[in-house]
Amino acid sequence: MSHISSRHVPHATATRVEPPHGAEPTAAPGTLLGSRKGQLKLLLRILKLRIFVALAVVLLYFSLTTGNFLSTANLLIMAQHITVIAILSIGMTLVILTGGIDLSVGSVVGFSGMVAGFLISRGIPIGDQVLFLNVFEVVVVTCLVGLAIGMINGALVTWLNVAPFIATLGMLYVVRGAALLFNDGATFSELGGHAEFGNTGFALLGGGTLFGIGYPVWLLVAMTVLAAAIAARTPIGRYIYAIGGNERAALFSGLKVKKVKLFVYAFSGFCAALVGLVVTSQLQTAHPMTGNTYELMAIAAVVLGGTALSGGRGTVIGSVIGACVISILNDGMVMSGVSSFWQMVIMGLVIILAVVIDQLQQRLQKKVMVAL
Amino acid sequence: MNDDSVVVEAQGLVKRYPGTIALKGVDFEVRAGRVNVLIGENGAGKSTLMKLLAGAERPTLGRILVEGREVSFANVREAERAGIGIIFQELNLFPDLSVCENLFIGAERCRLGVIDQRSQHEEARRLLSRVGLALDPATPLGDLYVGQQQLVEIARVLGKQVKVLIMDEPTSALSQHEVEILFGIIAALKREGVAVIYISHRLEEIIRVGDHITVLRNGEVVGVDEVCNIDVPWIVAKMVGAARKAFDYRPRELGEEALRVESLSLKKPNGTLALDAVGFSARRGEILGIYGLMGAGRTELLETLLGLHASARGRIVVDGRELGRSRAARRIERGIALVPEDRQLSGMVQSMSVAENMTLSSLVRWCLRWPGGRVVRPGREREACRRMVERLGIKTADIDEPITSLSGGNMQKVVIAKALLTEPSVLLLDEPTRGVDVGAKAEIYRAMLAVAERGVTVLYTTSELDEALAVADRVLVLSSGRLSADLPRDRADRDEIVRKSTPFAA
Repeated sequence: MSHISSRHVPHATATRVEPPHGAEPTAAPGTLLGSRKGQLKLLLRILKLRIFVALAVVLLYFSLTTGNFLSTANLLIMAQHITVIAILSIGMTLVILTGGIDLSVGSVVGFSGMVAGFLISRGIPIGDQVLFLNVFEVVVVTCLVGLAIGMINGALVTWLNVAPFIATLGMLYVVRGAALLFNDGATFSELGGHAEFGNTGFALLGGGTLFGIGYPVWLLVAMTVLAAAIAARTPIGRYIYAIGGNERAALFSGLKVKKVKLFVYAFSGFCAALVGLVVTSQLQTAHPMTGNTYELMAIAAVVLGGTALSGGRGTVIGSVIGACVISILNDGMVMSGVSSFWQMVIMGLVIILAVVIDQLQQRLQKKVMVAL
Repeated sequence: MNDDSVVVEAQGLVKRYPGTIALKGVDFEVRAGRVNVLIGENGAGKSTLMKLLAGAERPTLGRILVEGREVSFANVREAERAGIGIIFQELNLFPDLSVCENLFIGAERCRLGVIDQRSQHEEARRLLSRVGLALDPATPLGDLYVGQQQLVEIARVLGKQVKVLIMDEPTSALSQHEVEILFGIIAALKREGVAVIYISHRLEEIIRVGDHITVLRNGEVVGVDEVCNIDVPWIVAKMVGAARKAFDYRPRELGEEALRVESLSLKKPNGTLALDAVGFSARRGEILGIYGLMGAGRTELLETLLGLHASARGRIVVDGRELGRSRAARRIERGIALVPEDRQLSGMVQSMSVAENMTLSSLVRWCLRWPGGRVVRPGREREACRRMVERLGIKTADIDEPITSLSGGNMQKVVIAKALLTEPSVLLLDEPTRGVDVGAKAEIYRAMLAVAERGVTVLYTTSELDEALAVADRVLVLSSGRLSADLPRDRADRDEIVRKSTPFAA
C-alpha cells in the first residue's frame, strides 16, 4: 500500500533533494524557516492522508452522536452499502486514471441483475426445453455480460473515437432500456431456485458469511487488492497512468493505448456486473431500475479519494476509502434524522470541498518543495 | 542608433525552485538598440531569468528596474504593458485557433464589443509578411509546422509595441532561410531602438548578431563583455568552466544491412506529399544524418518509420524482416525506437517520475512472468534506470523525482534513455539537440556514437549544417519530401548539402 500511496503523491520524495553544487540558499535564516518548514510538511502529510482523516471524522462523529451507530447490525448494513459503491469505484478509478469516464456502470448493475434473475427464475429456453444453469454458471455468465458491455464502451472510445463521456452516456441509456425491455419493465423475483434444477443458493452470494463477515465484503477486499496490484505493480497499470498523464507520449513510447483503454472499460463493466449480482442476491429480486445514478456516487467516491478527473494521478485505495466516507455519511445522516433534502446538499458540499482541498494540497506541495 | 541606455536592469535576482536554486543573485543589464545575448548551459538559469523579466514568474529575492523604476509584474500581460515582450522557447499558442486569432489573443481588436475580423486579418497579413510567412491568416495554427508556428509567435510579439523583446532560442526550430528572415527583423528592431535579449545555444549565431554578451553558469553570471571583443572559444570556456572537447568522429566497422526503406510515401491532409518515394538503406553501426529545411519531411520520415502514420505506403525492412503495416508498439518490439522532436508534447509523461518515464517503453523487460500476466520487479527496473542515469550523465537528485524537476537537456536524456532501454537495432532521433546546450549536445552525440559502436543503426535529423556533418557516416538530404541527396561523409560538403536541400534548385 505504501507503494500505491506514493503514486498518489508523486512529489513525495522531494524532501531528499539537495540544492546542486552544495549552494546555500541566500534566503531567510535557517532556524526560523526550519520550524515553519516543519509545520508545512506536517500539514502536507495530513492533507495527503485527508481521506483517512475524513473517514475517521465521520466515524467518530456519528458514533458519538448517533445511538446504535456502532451496533453490529448497523455495521453490517453499512458494509453492504459500502461494497456496492466501493466495487463500482474501483473500476471507475482505472477508467478515470486513463483520462476517461464510465457513466454506464449504474445501468450495467441493473442489466446484469436482470440477466442473473432471468437465468435463475426463467432459464434459457431451447426449443421446447428450458436450460437452467447452476448458480456458479449464472455468476460467470453475468460477469461475462458485464465484461462485454464494458468492451463495447471501450470499442466505442478507441476504434470509433467517441469521447468517453458521450460513449458511456449513450450506453447508460441503451443498457438501462435493455434492462427494462428484458421483462417489459417488470422484475424477476423468486430467485431461490429449485433443488430439482440444481440452481439453489443464489442468496448466499449476498447474504453468506465467512468468519462472520459477509461475502460481499470479502469480494470488495479481493477486488481492492487485485486492482491496487494491477495499478501499482503491472505494466498495464503503469500504462494506465501514462496514458492519463500524456496519451501522445504513451503512443510514441509504443504503448498499446487502445488495448489498455479496452481493458479499463471492460474491467469497469466487470465490477458493475459483480455489484449487480450482489444487489440482486441481497434483494432476492432483479429490478430493472437497480443501480440508477450509482455511476455518480462511484465518480464522487473516486474524486473524494484524490484521483484527478483529468487522469494520470490517483489510487484505488483512495477511491475505496472515499466510497466508505460517502456511504457512512449517507447512512449516518439517515440515522441521525437529517432531512433527505439536506443530505443531498451536504453530500454535494463534501464532494466540492474534497476537490478544493486537493487543489490546496497541490499548491502547498509546490510551496514546500521550493522552501526546501 | 547610438542610444544604448539601460532599459531594464536586474539586481541580485534569486529564484528557487523545488530542489534547486536556479538563480543565485544575478545582475543583468539590458541596453536599448542592442542585441543583448544571454548564454549558458542547460539549467544555467537563462530561461528562469527571462521568465522573471517577462513577468511569467516572480523572483524569490532581488529587484527588477525598468527605466530606473522598480517594478513587480503579476503576469506576462503586465510586463507587456511595461514594454517587455517575450517569445517563449516552448510554444505558447493555441493549435485549434486560427493564425489570426493567435496573433491577437488577449489583445483582440474590437468594434462595439465584437471582434473586428477584417481589421485583424489585414494586420495579421502585414505581421505575417514581416516574418516571411505567406499564409492565409485563417489557417488553423495546428496545421503549421513547428518552425512556422515559431514565426507566428514572433509575429505576435512584433504586433505589440515593445521596448524590450526577449527571444528564447528563437532559431531552434527554424530553417536557415527562416533564420535569415529573423536576423533581418532583429536588425530592423535595433534601428527602432528596441532592446533585444537573445538566448541561443548556437555560438556562430551569437557572434553574428550579438552586441553585448552575458554568460551564465549554475545560476551565476560568469562573464560579461562586448561581442566584438570575444570569440567562440571564450564563450565555451566561460560556459563550461574549462574548454571541453565536443565530440570525435571515428570511423567504425559497419555490419550488414539493418534497415532498408523503399519508395516510402506519405500524403499530407491537403493532398500534397509529405514524403515522396523515399528510399535508402543503412547498415549496422552506421550513423545517418538527415538534413532538410522546415517542411522537408524529416519528422514525417521518422514518424512513418515508427508506424505512426497508418496511411503511409512503401516497404520498410528491419534486420531482414519486412514491417508491413504494423503500428508503433509492434515496431518497437522489432527494434525501432524514436526520440521525438517535441519532448514535452510527445516524449514524456509529465505526471510521472524520471524512472517511470525511462522504463515506459521497455517495462516488460523488467517484469516477472506470473500466471495471470506480468508483474514489475521494482529492483530490476530501478537498476536499469540507474545504469542509464550513469551512462548518459543525467543530472537528477533521485530517479523518483518528477521528470518536470529536470532541466531541458536532462529531460531529453531521459527520453533517449527510454528509447535505448528497448535495445533498438535502429534508433531514430528527431532533432535530438533542439534547445539543448553545448555541453549536453556533446554528450548526446557521444551517446549516439557509443550506441552505434554497439552495432545500432542511428538516424538523426537536424536543421543545422554543422550537426549534420558532426557524427554522421552519411548525410541524407530531404527536400519537399524527396530524398535529394545521399552523400557519404567524405563527399558531404556544406555547399552541396545546402544546394540539395533547396527546393527547385538545379
